[in-house]
Amino acid sequence: MSDLDASLEVPGRVSADFAADRGDVIAVIGPNGAGKSSLVKAVAGLVPATGRVTLDGRNLMELPTRERGLGVVFQDQLLFPHLDARDNVAYGPRARGVTRADARRRADQWLSALGVGDLAHRRPGQLSGGQAQRVAIARALVTDPTLLLLDEPMSGLDVGVATSLRIELARHLSEFGGIALLVTHDALDALTVANRVLVLDEGKVAQFGTPHEVSQRPVTDHVARLVGLNVIRAGDELRAFEPTAVTVNLTEPTGSARHRWAGRVAAVTPHGAALRLVVRTADNGPELIADVTPEAATELELTLGRSVWVSVKETSVRAYTNRTQ
Amino acid sequence: MSDSLGRAPARLLVPAGLATLLLVLPLVSLLLTAPWSMLGEQLGTEALRQAMWLSVLTATVATGVCLLLGLPLAWVLARVDFPGRRLLRTLVIVPLVLPPVVAGVALVSAFGRTGIIGEPLRAATGLSLPYTTAGVIVAHVFVSLPFVVISIEGALRSAHQEYDAAAATLGASRWHAFRTVTVPLALPGIAAGMVLAWARSLGEFGATITFAGNYPGTTQTMPTLIYLSINSHPEAAKTLSLVLLLLSLAVLVALRDRWLVTS
Repeated sequence: MSDLDASLEVPGRVSADFAADRGDVIAVIGPNGAGKSSLVKAVAGLVPATGRVTLDGRNLMELPTRERGLGVVFQDQLLFPHLDARDNVAYGPRARGVTRADARRRADQWLSALGVGDLAHRRPGQLSGGQAQRVAIARALVTDPTLLLLDEPMSGLDVGVATSLRIELARHLSEFGGIALLVTHDALDALTVANRVLVLDEGKVAQFGTPHEVSQRPVTDHVARLVGLNVIRAGDELRAFEPTAVTVNLTEPTGSARHRWAGRVAAVTPHGAALRLVVRTADNGPELIADVTPEAATELELTLGRSVWVSVKETSVRAYTNRTQ
Repeated sequence: MSDSLGRAPARLLVPAGLATLLLVLPLVSLLLTAPWSMLGEQLGTEALRQAMWLSVLTATVATGVCLLLGLPLAWVLARVDFPGRRLLRTLVIVPLVLPPVVAGVALVSAFGRTGIIGEPLRAATGLSLPYTTAGVIVAHVFVSLPFVVISIEGALRSAHQEYDAAAATLGASRWHAFRTVTVPLALPGIAAGMVLAWARSLGEFGATITFAGNYPGTTQTMPTLIYLSINSHPEAAKTLSLVLLLLSLAVLVALRDRWLVTS
């Protein structure tokens, strides 16, 4: 029996089963419309849902939102605009009957822990996106929840701000001790902050595993794209290979490469020191990505629309089975 | 007057000018013919002082009652989903479009001495609303409450429900969230509704005179006194009208951010 056992459905949006123990940080990823937000809102009791979410033996679905003992960080923060940062964070303790002085003292501690202690008297309108998100995280953590829900906390932040917040969030989550559900559309969040990844696709769980499993053996195109991996499927049999393992030629390759496709270059973008090509293969074959050196790209004149052959050696291919279906 | 699309045509400009004259001329006339030299003397007379005091008192009490009753009703309309909500909202708006004198007749049939509620109420407690100051307040509440409900409901709707959700996740009860989040966020709408209600009460004439009569000191408000004295004491009527005009302008200034911001 896990600390958290969930089996719930938001009709028409998402249906998912998963379990977690204290200390787990579950990243929920998937394309837009996969049901990520609906899932966390259902756990919070903010959308109508059926099923069970058992946390330490209590079925949360039978409780009103305020008795579920959750911390929620909303996508657009939803800091109360008429209260300053400190009173926003103190709101939860105050609502639970803590005295004003005590609540404010705790709020100040959490604001400092998140590096925004000096902004305690600012209203949300006077905070930047990153600062507001830190206040929102402090507000969710101050009530000491067993289950923390974070709905895309990094979205809408500048890259630099998101990076530093991600590092700090990872630190707070590792000290958190409860269970965290982190909705994200960013592979980095899933791989660096979480120890479990729940992949949603079209309202269903497509994969649930460690970040390593999910990133090495992705079963959805969405995750394959997120982690930058080529995945070819034949029924439940999948094959994955790195873009660096792909060889690009102008003529059909002879020799040991077992997998080969003809196609056209559909996109060329810089990727680190290399150039990343997207090759649309002929006869509605898979769309493959290949990393080539700039020298090779120049030599082969790999511009948009160029006809090429791509191939990969069998030794570079990981074969695996999709067990969730 | 002219731009690249051509001159503004006279057949639009002339009626527009007439409309402006029609709206402005009576007010200018009132200012021009007001008994400025007798103003202090007029305002000092017992009848005017009584009417002004009574108007301000009843309008203020009515506004308070409107807030106490209207805020909960507005919240129910904005936040609780129940069958018949649209019907209830329609019923709430009816007094807004009802001719005030009809409102007075309706109040008489409900709370009059032989009214459906008025008669048993008098038999049981000896209390009677018609021709009392309380009756004036009831009439004011009846005509002003819709303004308060509509104004606050609009504010509650735009003061996003997500904040209520955020409060609930933080452990707040519905009542705690109402006090600490919903009302503070709707405060501008609440204030606007109260100003509207106060202005509407202050100018209320038809329902008041029909239901509560016109007794100096107890039910004679500024509008009823104006009506009574326009032929016999035109200076008194004009003086009071001037006071009401100034108060109306004050209301307009108070609500300018809501009504006058069009561009």
